Amino acid sequence: MSRATTKRSARRRPAAPRKRDAGFRGLGPALLVDLYVTMRRIRRVEETIAALYPEQEIRCPTHLSIGQEAGASGVCLALRTTDTAVSTHRCHAHYIAKGGDLRSMFAELYGRVTGCCGGKGGSMHLTAPEVGMLGASAIVAGSVPLAVGTALAAKMASTDEVAVAFFGDAAMEQGVTHESLALAALRRLPVLFVCENNLYATNTPLRIRQAGSDLAQRAAGHWLPGITVDGNDVIAVYRAAKAAVDRARRGDGPTLIEVKTYRFREHVGPNYDIELGYRTQAELDRWMAREPMGALARRLERARMLEPARRAALDAQVEAEITDAVAFAKSSPFPEQAALYADVE
Amino acid sequence: MRQLKYREAIDEATRQAMAKDERVFVMGVGVDDPKGIFGTTRGAFEQFGGSRVFDTPLSEAALTGMGVGAAMRGFHPLLVHARNDFLLLTMDQIVNNAAKWRYMSGGKLKVPLTIRAIIGRGWGQAAQHSQSLQAMFAHVPGLAVIMPTSPADAKGLLMTALSSDSPVICLEHRWLYDKSGPVPEDPYYTPLGVGAVVRPGRDVTIVAVSHMVLEALQAAETLAAEGIEAEVIDPRTLRPLDSALICRSAARTGRLVIADTGWRSYGVSAEIAARAAEELWGVLKAPIRRVALPDVPTPGSSALESAYYPGPREIVAAVKQCLEAPATSTTDGLAPSNRKEFEGPF
Repeated sequence: MSRATTKRSARRRPAAPRKRDAGFRGLGPALLVDLYVTMRRIRRVEETIAALYPEQEIRCPTHLSIGQEAGASGVCLALRTTDTAVSTHRCHAHYIAKGGDLRSMFAELYGRVTGCCGGKGGSMHLTAPEVGMLGASAIVAGSVPLAVGTALAAKMASTDEVAVAFFGDAAMEQGVTHESLALAALRRLPVLFVCENNLYATNTPLRIRQAGSDLAQRAAGHWLPGITVDGNDVIAVYRAAKAAVDRARRGDGPTLIEVKTYRFREHVGPNYDIELGYRTQAELDRWMAREPMGALARRLERARMLEPARRAALDAQVEAEITDAVAFAKSSPFPEQAALYADVE
Repeated sequence: MRQLKYREAIDEATRQAMAKDERVFVMGVGVDDPKGIFGTTRGAFEQFGGSRVFDTPLSEAALTGMGVGAAMRGFHPLLVHARNDFLLLTMDQIVNNAAKWRYMSGGKLKVPLTIRAIIGRGWGQAAQHSQSLQAMFAHVPGLAVIMPTSPADAKGLLMTALSSDSPVICLEHRWLYDKSGPVPEDPYYTPLGVGAVVRPGRDVTIVAVSHMVLEALQAAETLAAEGIEAEVIDPRTLRPLDSALICRSAARTGRLVIADTGWRSYGVSAEIAARAAEELWGVLKAPIRRVALPDVPTPGSSALESAYYPGPREIVAAVKQCLEAPATSTTDGLAPSNRKEFEGPF
């Protein structure tokens, strides 16, 4: 990124009328740009994985988050580095948004010893404890109670850390999620339960899995607040998360946030999957027209907070990070055979 | 030396571990109750209060997950269950999380979590309150499984578990709770993976698990009266398992009998037999014999219980099979098991 370049191009441009965006009220320009860059980083990492996948060097299942970038970004940018998050099989976006290192991520996908899990976790177990991204379970709802535990630890240690559990709509069908909501409410623990409702569990639609579609309503039965947000509006997600984080930090307990969003690619893998017939092209088109990253970029441009030249520079920087990370991963060694027996018992 | 009951040894280990390490806390259904899990947790509650010893909802899965999460953030939770059968509600958290997050993270995360659970037996506990599920847990890499028999081991192994940085499952047989034995007062740490010879002998090796150690000692007394000297080994921990001790003993005696509190098929007795068979081909003088539960659920009626649980009589019979010795009338006086010792109710 070159600040100087941005300023020069801004000076050359005739002064267009600046359109104030009421939705940005109270949010600083640095945060707004960071939200964009985070979503851009997630989007481009995922697209890069999709592009590289046919090489068959990424030898692990990859559950891509393209289309769902706003949930991870809006929530994680409302957190501090010392706050913790746990995630699911679809954990790339959470890892990136929480600040996980891209070299370590790609190296993990490539099964290299330099990966964030030393090559032992793969795509579904990304971890970066140094920035509070603890890890992910590939069992639906499996990690939800872990966030209750990290919140318990924070409370017992008298810190003001907040814990986040990211999970999908199908996790609402698992008993342990409800046990966790109830337990966190009972003990007033500082937890955000973030349910990213993308409407499908693999290829099974929500409507044939649950009797209702507003999953935040589930919170009421466990005596905690439930909030629904447009998961493709990163500002809305950020504001909801920030309010819940502030509430948790004050000691007022957990919040369930339902983030309504949509996954563009297949459940697992790099492709589109309309031919499977479980959803329609028209539905996908409707959601793609509302994709969150471009939407924020357009709003920022209208508000003269992210000029095209600066956006291009930021995008180029993201590309450079990814190119570097892929090269690092591909040139890293595989783990030694002895590593098989390390880190257990 | 000072004598303590098994339950008192657990209570003392818990309190000493909590005094030494403020990260240790206790949770579970009824842990602060006046009865306090058969008297094993109430003392800790009285000494350390409700912030470090607290009662919980009946949500085994979430509780275990909460324990894993707190463990990853520097605490050492001690999660207590009144029956090991209840652990079946939480297998995902134990097997997929507690046992695996350290490995999956390439060692970045550690899960110092201790889970105590009790094996019930008798008094009509029936099929869902009396299971002995150690083989299920010992199957899983990443978990340690300890089954202390003596009060001294109950204290020493639990102290070790509560100072470990990995998950440990401690299975306690309910019939051991009122047994007394010498227990040192100061804190001490019994290492995992080190078995104990609880009775030396030259003719046959009996490896016995948990309460079966007491039944094996009773069998050994009977055998001694006939001039057969049985060596009784208590592995004390099943994962890690002290294979070397077992194999050294069996190589010397040439005969191996294994007595487990669990089912025969795919159980701990099968694993120990397999290890001995792998190591001692051509050394053993007789086929390995196993004494374990028959492959049926636990029945409720006391008449059926006595047919279900093997005891000293079955161990003596197995030893005699190994020795090709004739069954004699000396076994007739042995109860099927020492079930009369436990009066109930639970």
